[in-house]
Parts: sequence; C-alpha cells; structure tokens
Amino acid sequence: MILTQFLVLGAVLFSLGIYGLLSRRNAVTVLLAVELMLAAVNINLVAFEAFWNTPAAHGQIFAIFVITIAAAEVGIGLAIILLVFRNRASGNVDELDLLKW
Amino acid sequence: MVTASAAAAAPLFLAAGEEHAPELAAGGFFAGGAWIMLVLPFAAFLGIVLFGKRMRKQGAELAVGAMGVNLLWASVLFVQNMLGGIHREVNLTIADIGRLGGVDLSFELGFVVDGLSIMMYWVVAFVGFLVFVYAVGYMEGDVRVPWFFASLSLFAGSMLVLVGAPNLIQLIIGWEGVGLASYLLIGHYWEQKENSDAAVKAFLTNKVADVGLILGAILIGVSLGGFRFSDLSRAAAEHSHALEGVAFAGGLLLFLGAMGKSAQFPLHVWLPDAMAGPTPVSALMHAATMVTAGIYLMARTFPLYQNLAAEARQWMIPIAVITLFVLGFLALTANDLKQVLAYSTVSQLGYMMAAVAAGGYTAGLFHLFTHAFFKALLFLGAGSVIHAVHSNNMSDMGGLRRKMPVTFWTFVVGSLALAGVIPLAGFWSKDEILATLSHEGYTAFMWVAVAGAFVTAFYMTRAVALTFFGTYKGHGHPHESPRMMTGPLVALAVPTVIAGFFNIPGVSWGPIGNFTEWVGARVVTMGDYHPSAIEWDLAAYGLAAALAGIALGWWLFSPEAETQAARDRLEIPVLYPLLRRKYYIDHLYMHGVVNPIKGPLARGVDWVNGHVIDAAVNGVGLLTAWLGRLVYGRLDQQGIDLVLNAAAGGAGGAGGRLRLLQSGKVQQYAGGFVVGALVLVAVLVIVT
Repeated sequence: MILTQFLVLGAVLFSLGIYGLLSRRNAVTVLLAVELMLAAVNINLVAFEAFWNTPAAHGQIFAIFVITIAAAEVGIGLAIILLVFRNRASGNVDELDLLKW
Repeated sequence: MVTASAAAAAPLFLAAGEEHAPELAAGGFFAGGAWIMLVLPFAAFLGIVLFGKRMRKQGAELAVGAMGVNLLWASVLFVQNMLGGIHREVNLTIADIGRLGGVDLSFELGFVVDGLSIMMYWVVAFVGFLVFVYAVGYMEGDVRVPWFFASLSLFAGSMLVLVGAPNLIQLIIGWEGVGLASYLLIGHYWEQKENSDAAVKAFLTNKVADVGLILGAILIGVSLGGFRFSDLSRAAAEHSHALEGVAFAGGLLLFLGAMGKSAQFPLHVWLPDAMAGPTPVSALMHAATMVTAGIYLMARTFPLYQNLAAEARQWMIPIAVITLFVLGFLALTANDLKQVLAYSTVSQLGYMMAAVAAGGYTAGLFHLFTHAFFKALLFLGAGSVIHAVHSNNMSDMGGLRRKMPVTFWTFVVGSLALAGVIPLAGFWSKDEILATLSHEGYTAFMWVAVAGAFVTAFYMTRAVALTFFGTYKGHGHPHESPRMMTGPLVALAVPTVIAGFFNIPGVSWGPIGNFTEWVGARVVTMGDYHPSAIEWDLAAYGLAAALAGIALGWWLFSPEAETQAARDRLEIPVLYPLLRRKYYIDHLYMHGVVNPIKGPLARGVDWVNGHVIDAAVNGVGLLTAWLGRLVYGRLDQQGIDLVLNAAAGGAGGAGGRLRLLQSGKVQQYAGGFVVGALVLVAVLVIVT
C-alpha cells in the first residue's frame, strides 16, 4: 500500500480548507471549510491506521470521534449563524467584530 | 539609753520531734477553704463597682454580706484553733522569677492558716463586719456611697491577703493593696483640698517605708532562696548560715516597712491626718487593719529577730518607746476628737512594737488583739458623736452624756480599757507588755511605758470630760444615733470588757486554753517570755499610773470653762507650743524634704527639662523634618516617581498600540493561528 497518495490528498484538502476559512466572507462557507479540514485529518488517521495495520483500529475509532464532534459543531455553528442573521440581517464573518476590544 | 544588752533570748524550737513542739492538726474543711475569706471581699468590690448604684442599699449589702461570711468562717477557725492548734499552708506557684543571686526564685500565692493568721482573720473580720454595719447607718445619704463600700471591701480584702500571706511577695501585694485602699478612703471627700492632701501624705509616707520592706524582702528572699515565712522561720530556728549575714540588715529593712504602716516615729505623720476620711474608715484603719500590718509583719518574722537579728532590736525598741511616750503627748492638745484617738493609736502601736521588739511575741499580739476592740469602739463612738453634732471639734461638744447614753457608756468603757483600768482588756495586755519589758531587762523602758500609761489615761479623761460632761456648746439638738450604729458599739463593748481574761498569766480556761496557746499554734514555736503568774508589783505600777492620769484629767478638765484657751489650762511655756505644733515634725518634713523637692529641685529639673531635654527633642524634630524634606524632594519626587512614571507611561503607550491588533475579526485571528502553526512546523523541520 502506498501511503503517499493519501497523505497528499489529505494535505490538499487541508490547504483548501485553510484557504476557504481565511478567504470566504460567508459564515456558512467558512463552516464548510472547517469540515474540509476535519475530513483531511480523518483521511490521514485512516490512512496511517491502514498502513501500520494496528490490531485495535485506533485510527478508525478516532476518525469516528472526529466525525461525531464535527456534526455537533456544525449543528451549534449553524444555529449561531442563524441567530446572528436574524439579528443583523447579514451572515458575513467580517461584519461580526463583537470580540473586538 | 539602751539599758540592756541583748537579753538572753529563749531558744526557738522546730516542730519535728523537738521538745515543746506543738502538735498541729490540718484543720479540715474550714482551714482548707480559708482562701475564700481572701477572695470574697474582692468579689464584693467588683460587684459593688459594677452594680452598686442599682442596688437598694447602694452596694452596702454586698460588702456587709461578704464580711459576714468571713466573720462566720473566721469564727469557726478561731474556735477550732482554741480547741487544738491548726496549721495549714498552701502555696501555688504562679510564675518563675528566674535566677537571682544563684538561686531559683518563684512567685507564689497561697494562704496560711495558723494561730497568728487565724487571730488576725478573726479580728479583721469581726471589727470589719461591725464597722461595715455601722457604716451603713453612718454613710446614709452621703456622697459616693457605692464607691465608699467598694473601697472599704478592697481595704478589708487587701488586709486579709496580707495576713493570709505565706510568703513575703504576697504580703507585699496585700500591703500595697491596703495602702491603695487607704489612699482612696482617706481622700473620700476629695472636694476639699486638705482631704486629698492627707490622702497623698499617707500614701507617700507609706511609700518611703515600703522601700525598706521591698528591699528587705529581696535581701532575705535571695539569701534564703525563697520568700516563704515558713522557710524563714525554719532557717532562723536552725541558725542557718544563709541568714546570718543578712539578718541585721534584712531585719532593719523589714522594720522600716513596719514603721510606715504601723506609724512609728518619725513616720507617724500620716496617721493623724488620715482622720480626713469618714469615721468608719478611721475605726477600721486604726483598729484592725492597716496600722496592725506592721506589728503583724514583725510577729510573722519574729524568729528572725529572736534568733539572729538581736542587734536590730537595739534600734527598734528606742523607736517604739519614743513612739509610745513622746507622741502620746500630742493627744493632750488636740481639739479634734478623732485626732486625740489617732495619737492614742500611734502611742498604743508604740506599745505593741516595743513588746514585739523586746521579744514579747504574745504580749505584742495580745495588745493588738485587745486594742482592736476598744479602739474600734472609741472611733465608732466618736463617729456617733460627730454624726450627732456635725463637728469633729470637742469645743463644739460637751454635755452629751444624757443625750447619747449608749454612746457615752460604751465610750467610757473603751476609754477605761485604753487607759488600762482593771479588769478591762487594756489592763491585761498592757500589763503583759510591762512584764515582758521588765523580764527582758529593759527596765528603763518599762518605766517609760508606765509613764505612757499615765499620759494615756490623762488624755482619754480629758476627751471624755470635754465631750460628754459640762454643757453643750454646739448648735442644733444632738440625739442618740440609730440602732444600726449603736449596735456595733455594744457588740464591741463586750470583748472590750472580757478579752483581757483570755490571757491572764497562769490562767488557762479548760479546753480552750488561753491566748498564748492560740497564737502559739505555729510550726516554729516562738519561745518568748510568759509570766507564769501575775506580777502584782508591775500591775500595781500600771494601774496606779492609769488612775493618777484619770484623777489629774478629771481635776483639770471636768470644771466648766467658756473658751478653748481656758480649757487647755496646762499651758506649760515651752511644752505647750511644741505640742500644738506637733514637735515641728510636719514643719521639718515640709521645709526639709517636701519644699526642697518642690522648690529648687523641681525648678532644676524643670530647667533641665526645658533646656536640655526639650532642646534635644526639638533638635531631633528639626533633623527629622529636614531629612523628610530631603527624602520627599529629591528621592521621592525626582527619583522614585520618575521611574514609576516612566514605567506607567511605557505600559500605557504599548497598550495603546497593541490594542489595534484586537480587530474582532475572526478570520484575522485564524490567519494568525495558521502563520503561527507554519512557523512551528518550519522550526520543527529545521531542528530535526
């Protein structure tokens, strides 16, 4: 089994996620980018697990945890975005500067 | 002048297995709980101070109640001691004083119950109780009644602590407590300057003497390794080497202390002035407490003088004899009835001191015992008269015998007892003193004491004649005092008559024995002289002197006279002015001691204070101010503040710039993370 191609795929997906996270203004798109990064991590975990062929399948278990947390995160994130949109009629991340000093 | 060399003192004996040693019981419950008597008056003092004003009798009930319990307690002990000697001593170590002169000393409190202290407990409680009851009537409607009774309780309590003391330290505590309470009581009417002056005089005179007491206590305590009287007695009985060296000095120093409290010449000056206090105070002070403290101290440390410090006696006896004879004369010219009694107290204290100093332990204590009754009686009688005529002066009295019969008869009984007329108490105790002086070889002093008895009888007759006979010269209508006041007079008249029978030489009253055995109940027997039968020749001299004094006094003072000058018809050219001015002793102290201190010395001290100490203080102040300005201007404003301001400014500026980084934009922050993560990765790659 060739590990390299999976790692490259993971790296590409991760980079795309970072790009999306930093460049997009729409909050929903930003969330999507985060999901991309999580997917890249999952690919890495599963790939290493398969490569080392560990008996306890640690990598797959971790991947399932990550997916679960990602689902919960998206649920909360979308709820926040919805509330923000209702209050301010805008879903743009750069207009949300409430954390400012 | 000193006629005898140190008379061959009878030896002292130790209790343990020696000849003549008394067998002493522990005394049971009442002896073990004797500390209650020492504590109760102080409890009463506190109670009166805190709650006296709200009580119906203004706290008097507490004082009288405490004294009543004490009287019952002391009476039980007294009877127990009559039936068989008691000795019990309890010491509690309160604190360690530390090493002094190579011995470990500790501060102990406790109480001692033996023949001597039981006698004193009972006398203090008995006279104290009657005086307290009397004072309830006497002080009715007076100023500061609660405080008066509080001080009176403090006075009696301090005296009980003093006589109950098993060691010199506790004795000093009681001693000073008595001094303090006497100061408070003498100055009870402090609104008048003379009264507070009298209080200060009493306090300061006693303080002079206290120096002797304290030094003596330290000297003896250090050389003996402890302050206990029992150790002192034992050491003296054994002729301990520790005591031999210091016995003379220590004995004289203790005697100096006794001279102050017991008003021996020339420290007697406070006592006549102490009449400024209310009359019950005078009665208590002159009969049972305070003035007897010095005699008590001499009796307590008697073995020291008996066995080791015989040389000290050669100084003590002349002083005592001067006191009893020379100062008795002063009562002849006094116009104030209480002053007459005061000088007679001084004179009688001289008798007691002469007896104890000559080696008559029992004789001195017996005179103390009987004197307490008749002197309290006389003072309370005088108070009754003063209460009725509203004046202390005999020139305002006269003819009171019909108007105040109870006071008159009890006063006459007291006067006859004081004069030493058979068979009243004073005769027997004075006779015993004469016998002791004669036996110990002080024959000349014995004759002076006989002459003193003549003077005593003379001035007491004068006082009775001027007060109760002739016509009334005061204002208003005097009448007999209330029962609250006449009751104690009658109660005191009883022992005044009978107390003397308890120590007739050679007579023992069946199971109760006699006074000599009562006060002899101690660990160390005193080994003093007791006549085994009445010495009729001495008794006859004393009685003849007393009767002659009475006859002369009656002849001179019973006839009616208009003016005071006409009454004092004994105006012997040199003597009379001398007596009127009290031998100039007060002048001597005023001009020789007090004024130099108040005048040049005080001015000198004032100058030193103003020019030296103040200058130094001002200099220090100025220096401090200059230093302060320097520190403030240079160091603080220009040094420390500069650094602090710079630090604060830097922090402010940095904050102002750094805050711009806080844009609030999530994506900028995320970018920061990414850059940071990349840098970390780069570092990791480079390092590995």
